[in-house]
Amino acid sequence: MRSARTIGTVAVNVFRESVRDKVLYNLVAFAVILIAASYLIGQLTAGQDIKIIKDLGLAAIATFGLMIAVFIGIGLVWKEVERRSIYSLLAKPLSRGEFILGKYCGLGLTLIVNVVVMVVAWYAVLAYMGGTATPEVRAAWAAPATDLGMLRAVGLIVVELMLVTAIALFFSTFSSPFLSAGLTLGLWVIGHFNADLKNFEAVVDAPVAAWFAHGLYYVLPNFSAFDIKQQVVYAQPVPVQYLATTALYGAVYIALLLTASVAVFSRRDFK
Amino acid sequence: MGRTLFTSVLLVLLMASAAGLQALRERGGELPVSPGGVLYVRSPTALRRMALSYHSILADVYWIRAIQLYGDTRLGRTADRSYDQLYPLLELTTTLDPYFDVAYQFGGLFLAEKQPGGPGRPDLAIRLLQHGVDMQPDDWRLYQAIGFVHYWSYQDYKTAADWFGRAARLPQAPTWLAALSAVTLAEGGNRNASRAMWRQLQQQATDDWFRRESDRRLKQLDAMDQIELLQKVVAAFAAQRGRAPSNWDELARAGFVRGAIVDPNGTPYRLEGSTVSLDPASKLLPLPLDGQKLQ
Repeated sequence: MRSARTIGTVAVNVFRESVRDKVLYNLVAFAVILIAASYLIGQLTAGQDIKIIKDLGLAAIATFGLMIAVFIGIGLVWKEVERRSIYSLLAKPLSRGEFILGKYCGLGLTLIVNVVVMVVAWYAVLAYMGGTATPEVRAAWAAPATDLGMLRAVGLIVVELMLVTAIALFFSTFSSPFLSAGLTLGLWVIGHFNADLKNFEAVVDAPVAAWFAHGLYYVLPNFSAFDIKQQVVYAQPVPVQYLATTALYGAVYIALLLTASVAVFSRRDFK
Repeated sequence: MGRTLFTSVLLVLLMASAAGLQALRERGGELPVSPGGVLYVRSPTALRRMALSYHSILADVYWIRAIQLYGDTRLGRTADRSYDQLYPLLELTTTLDPYFDVAYQFGGLFLAEKQPGGPGRPDLAIRLLQHGVDMQPDDWRLYQAIGFVHYWSYQDYKTAADWFGRAARLPQAPTWLAALSAVTLAEGGNRNASRAMWRQLQQQATDDWFRRESDRRLKQLDAMDQIELLQKVVAAFAAQRGRAPSNWDELARAGFVRGAIVDPNGTPYRLEGSTVSLDPASKLLPLPLDGQKLQ
């Protein structure tokens, strides 16, 4: 219980620091992009404006979130070490594990607040555009403008962002910010090609390489699994079982990375 | 205070200089228009991989590029008036987003259209639509669109009827498709059958672009009817007077025609000797088929 309170305190401080660092300014950029796009896209797209605003909103939520997760995540531990504030922090009744988990939860909170505000703005734009469309145009849409089914994709984006944060935090426990950013983004990119590793034997006629690739498929995080943006925009069915197993997969991977982060950070010598 | 004023003045001066230079550069004339945009990635498979989790938004970008290219080329804003990149752009769009129905419909309609209204490539239109059928085997509109290309561009009514029939057998297909298949087989090439088909497309059009295009095609069919009728009137005048009329006024004075002799868009018909045709300025040009093929 005390531990949870300590983690909460660290998390709230991380959130406050993000607000002080003007991280939430990205919301303004998001709103400007969406509102400008809603004006312009109708002129450019021959009747596909709602679909494009849906695509744009989901892509922007994922991208802004990714940037925050990576570039704030890599500095979470490094900043404290660089400022030497880690000494005074660890002198308090705060374990290294609580410190890491608090930092992670704080950035998670920042990300969730970000995503929630972006989703509200996105739905407001969609509602406006839906309201101004004629009944004939509306009849041609695959789903209503403000289809709540799209929140399934947002949910998996949040899990993906939490996973990226965990990766960034893990790397930041032992390497420089520059290297951490490179490794995190690298792993994120590789994670989108993950499905190819599974079918590697179809490309390479070397059983050992295929076996190795197959192993990597299970070890590396599969980021493509979190992407159901296209399906929700077309209101296609996404089974609850798929959502549940993917979210659980993300949660287990996050737990793995946080455990590793705590283990590495606990062994780190700050002398 | 003095420093702030200095900075403000400097900023205003620099802004004014930038605007002035912009105007100066424009006065020097424009650079030659480059022939269309460059497609850096032409392989749909490679692009799909590179898109990571941004397939949909990238498909939207390629879709916008496709319709911009089409519009610019059709309006003559590009240097070479070439539609060469239209198919690759639509192929990339539909590979990135296989459910982008409007891209298939657009390709089916405009890839097949003859120059200068399109590239005149019904083969590519069918290839794009076939890709759609592979991705969405239950979407009757794609089958209907393939049938339509066979009907309109190849005048292959048997194949067209076959595709309409396949569309009719799909779940959720409207009942009129079966009738369309039968009519196409029995009366393929009949102008009224074509008119009924365009009306159907006009009614099911999801946006103004397709609606306008259907309207244009219907007017083209009306113009073909009118030209045929006017041709008969001119022949009757020639048979009576032993020479062709010199203009429409002469025909009107002789009581052969009344009112303005204009096409469905309001542009006067052209009379040269005993031949009636659309004026070169008419927006209905080029007529999709010559009169012999679509009676």
